Amino acid sequence: MSGIQDDASVSRSGSGRIAVTVLDYGIGNLLSVLRALEHCGAAITLVDRAEPSAALPDRLVLPGVGAFGDGMTELKVRGFDDLVRRYADTQRPFLGICVGLQMMFDASEEMGEHAGLGLLPGRVQAVPAQGVDGRAHRIPHIGWRQLEHPASQAADAWSTSILADVRDDERMYFVHSFAAVPARDADRLANVTYDGQPICAAVAREHLLGCQFHPERSGDAGLGVLRRFLAL
Amino acid sequence: MKPHLRVIARLDIKGPNLIKGVRLEGLRVVGDPHEHALRYYEQGADELVFMDIVASLYQRNNLSDIIKRAANQVYVPITVGGGIRSLDDVSRMLHSGADKVSINTAAIARPGLIAEVARRYGSQCMVLGLEAKRVGPGLWEAYTDNGRERTGRDLVQWVREAVDQGAGEVLLTSVDQEGTRKGFDFPLVQAVCDAVQVPVTVSGGFGGADDLNAVANTGVSAVAVADALHWKRMSVTEIKAHARNAGFDVYEGAARLSRGTA
Repeated sequence: MSGIQDDASVSRSGSGRIAVTVLDYGIGNLLSVLRALEHCGAAITLVDRAEPSAALPDRLVLPGVGAFGDGMTELKVRGFDDLVRRYADTQRPFLGICVGLQMMFDASEEMGEHAGLGLLPGRVQAVPAQGVDGRAHRIPHIGWRQLEHPASQAADAWSTSILADVRDDERMYFVHSFAAVPARDADRLANVTYDGQPICAAVAREHLLGCQFHPERSGDAGLGVLRRFLAL
Repeated sequence: MKPHLRVIARLDIKGPNLIKGVRLEGLRVVGDPHEHALRYYEQGADELVFMDIVASLYQRNNLSDIIKRAANQVYVPITVGGGIRSLDDVSRMLHSGADKVSINTAAIARPGLIAEVARRYGSQCMVLGLEAKRVGPGLWEAYTDNGRERTGRDLVQWVREAVDQGAGEVLLTSVDQEGTRKGFDFPLVQAVCDAVQVPVTVSGGFGGADDLNAVANTGVSAVAVADALHWKRMSVTEIKAHARNAGFDVYEGAARLSRGTA
């Protein structure tokens, strides 16, 4: 991933940019995440290996596409599993995107059983293979969907969250075959419905945040989510 | 439950130019790819697909610079195809700003490439490109090299095999219908949608509203449109309005709902 390092990792200082550290563990669409964050005012530090002696960042993003097990393996090889767990104790803002959200949980059953980072209790399971009508539907789940308030959340739960600016007529871009099932309803910030099946679309527990959708590929609405994260 | 339909702008590229042909031949220059990509994004395109249409022929891909420019201003998924034949090629496209790659010729030559790309970058990144030519009733042959080369492979059999290898999505182009404005090859769309469980994007033949009605119950997930957009017969917005009338659930558009932010 040296090309990305050269192109986009230069930290910009001054001019009101917000320092964000993004973990690079060899995933595909990292550049999309970096461009979108920069567009929203971030000064990005791209890290491809944890330095145990280095100070923990002020703001951390864990992007992710691909398979859960491979992702965890790559995180561990770089020492990122330990880094993320230590970071989570600082109460500073953390954002997991797609598989990055999934890895925040205890475990996944994608291609065997794999342990996650365990920041939030719960498991990652396959998106239901049928709609509520019992008819098989297409997997991966790809498309633009509206975010919904889970019944367990207060009606104004979004107002102080990264979803504060999401309007009723806006949708987010999803592409995934697996999804988190939080053990605690309180951690579930938003749902998405696929053929009547509710799926976890965003999680929040204090400073620990995650999006199953891709804010970096969800047009203006997605950029609004990233701006909120930068403003935390 | 209305089926969701994405409307994708497809940009076929030759050298520095956006081009358009009929049945992938008789190419005419449309204009600057970047200008058109931005216009379709602003009209609310759900995705952009860039195809380097001579790349397989010359074993190279010219798209990196065009993708890099687009990726600076476009915040919806970008798929790149044409001449991608190795993990290094995929890596180069992703580093230019693509989210997915569409592979046809190299996947037919070596189906193991599909599994390698899916394993390394996830199946959501691995779009199977299909170029279909009718060879009989309910029979299609898979073509490669932008509709120039026969493979002798039954298309429906091939798409099943490719999805088994790990393709997460299918981009189906009908060579017979492409650029004709005579509608999608309905039996082909149905056959491919029935053959696999992954999302299918159909391309080739979109002429007007009726063509969306024709595929409304096939299980198709997206339409990729070129001719109607490039020659300004219709905007993305208008195509989405037609899709809604045809019974699809569509999103007004990522960039259209302006929030007044930079």
